[in-house]
Amino acid sequence: MSNQTPNDNVLLRVEDLKMHFPIYRGVIQRQVGAVRAVDGITFDIKRGETLGLVGESGCGKSTTGRTILQLYRPTAGSVHFDDVDLVHLRGEEMRRMRRKMQMIFQDPYASLNPRMTVTDIVGEPLMVHSVATGKEIQDRVQHLLELVNLNPSFASRYPHEFSGGQRQRIGVARALALQPSFIVCDEPISALDVSIQAQVVNLLEDLQQQFNLTYLFIAHDLSMVKHISDRVAVMYLGVFVELASRDELYEKPLHPYTRALLSAVPIPDPIADAKRERVILTGDVPSPASPPSGCRFRTRCPIAEAVCAESRPEFREITPGHFVACFFAERFL
Amino acid sequence: MPDFILDVQGLETTFRTPDGVVHAVNGVSFGLAEGETLGVVGESGCGKSVTMLSVLGLIPRPPGKVEAGKAIFARQDLLKMTNEEIRHVRGAQIAMIFQDPMTSLNPVLTIGRQLEEPLMLHIGMTKSQARERAAELLSMVGIPNAKDRLNDFPHQYSGGMRQRVMIAMALSCSPQILIADEPTTALDVTIQAQITDLIKRLRDELGMAIIWITHDLGVVAGIAQRVLVMYGGYIIEQAPVRGLYANPEHPYTIGLLGSLPRVDEKDRAKLFSIEGQPPVLYQKPNACPFAPRCKWVLEHCWKENPPLLEVGPDHRAACWVNTKTGRHR
Repeated sequence: MSNQTPNDNVLLRVEDLKMHFPIYRGVIQRQVGAVRAVDGITFDIKRGETLGLVGESGCGKSTTGRTILQLYRPTAGSVHFDDVDLVHLRGEEMRRMRRKMQMIFQDPYASLNPRMTVTDIVGEPLMVHSVATGKEIQDRVQHLLELVNLNPSFASRYPHEFSGGQRQRIGVARALALQPSFIVCDEPISALDVSIQAQVVNLLEDLQQQFNLTYLFIAHDLSMVKHISDRVAVMYLGVFVELASRDELYEKPLHPYTRALLSAVPIPDPIADAKRERVILTGDVPSPASPPSGCRFRTRCPIAEAVCAESRPEFREITPGHFVACFFAERFL
Repeated sequence: MPDFILDVQGLETTFRTPDGVVHAVNGVSFGLAEGETLGVVGESGCGKSVTMLSVLGLIPRPPGKVEAGKAIFARQDLLKMTNEEIRHVRGAQIAMIFQDPMTSLNPVLTIGRQLEEPLMLHIGMTKSQARERAAELLSMVGIPNAKDRLNDFPHQYSGGMRQRVMIAMALSCSPQILIADEPTTALDVTIQAQITDLIKRLRDELGMAIIWITHDLGVVAGIAQRVLVMYGGYIIEQAPVRGLYANPEHPYTIGLLGSLPRVDEKDRAKLFSIEGQPPVLYQKPNACPFAPRCKWVLEHCWKENPPLLEVGPDHRAACWVNTKTGRHR
């Protein structure tokens, strides 16, 4: 990660980002602790790149996406977008930046207002940002619907008249309305049926090429993340444990968590599946309100030693472009 | 034909809805051999869960109705049994685990109480016998300090542990058949691996037959010996697991396998996508239900719904087209 040398190619630079949610208890609602959903992550995303972000539920991957877009204001750290620090932007300045960054949500049934027509939904960002008015909005909506392969004559229909895959296309059209350069895709396909997932992923890939979009693709499905990403980050309990190019990460995983995660993914091929070596982790993910001392993964790690409880392993670049947070990563080189 | 411990023939189930009668299961026939693991694969609404619920007499009626068919288990037709009779089969000889471990446990009863109930009901154990057996079962599914944790309530268990409790409960009466309806879908991938591993181990130890219902072709590849693929309430392909993945014959199966990215793939090819939507059948189709989405569709596909045809050793597919040549079979 080129934190030191600002690079023209870098669209988004995240440094030591933290998002802690306070826990209040008692009659006077005193703060008794905090859920450390995101606890110090540093990375960048290049223009036109797809960074995949994987991890299990509760690891902080969605919070990361929302904090980057300033939907949550971070507890600490900075987010530079096009060399502008978003964390300190307020009011009109922030609003203007929001045009460039959009989000596609997980649940296409919950993220569309059932009382609005497709024109209202897809046209709303145009209106809010006063980019277009009246007839112009209608034309833009028609064009956007064509882009996501929906019949433009559906523009006056309501969300309930569409299937899950079609609704997700409406969500994509809405995200594209302001011609953003960066889109956070938060589990955009996990609510869809298998045969529909491929349709939406292919659409996202086509649009990326057409508009030179940059994606942060958040998912728990490691196969799909491998398919769509250029680089992949693995998250565990609020921190990054590994970040590398997709080939490097899937072929030479260095963190024990990544190794276990990859070996747990079922392969749709009985012969290849039988040949694999499996690492089955014991236990569950600890609570992010009281994470383990030192390395967060040590309570489930098959190779943990005493040192892992004492200090937190640094997120270090072990080979060019391959970052890992483990004292013993060299073992797997 | 081997001897089947469960033999389902011509099962048809419909649901009455405000929009009309939905034909959810349309003449499904299959057998389950002793000790076999049968995978049932399909997308939401394909009828895979309804098939199994019909067999166990768990379809709410109305709006649901089992219209036709037989389900022979231990020389008796499950579909003809009274509620009282089938209650002695369910849970005792045929057990079921469900997708969502969060909602299948009663939140106001302790784990111990819920585990003891079937033991006392089906096997006639006393309270203290059941207590002891419950602790054994919990440690069998890998929950530490089983004895103490019997007094816990479901909310004190994590998702993976709750699914373990469901498995312990299902196995408590040593069933001959375990029906697992998407047992790992709600779980994270590392926990999913734990649970799949556990069920495999218990299967080998206890020798029960399993029907594993899922939409995940990856999970089925690792656990099943034989697979049924369902679409629109029909079985459209059935084969031994290796044959199915090596040589899928039905265009839908080919499409499903092609639309899955794989962690072990090298090149980044475009995913094969099946255009359109799965159908909701308001009447029994005269054409192949997959025809509107099929890339190989022929004239004849619109005229007659294909039956399951023999396409290889122990391998049957419901398709008029030979996908290798693109011609009529």
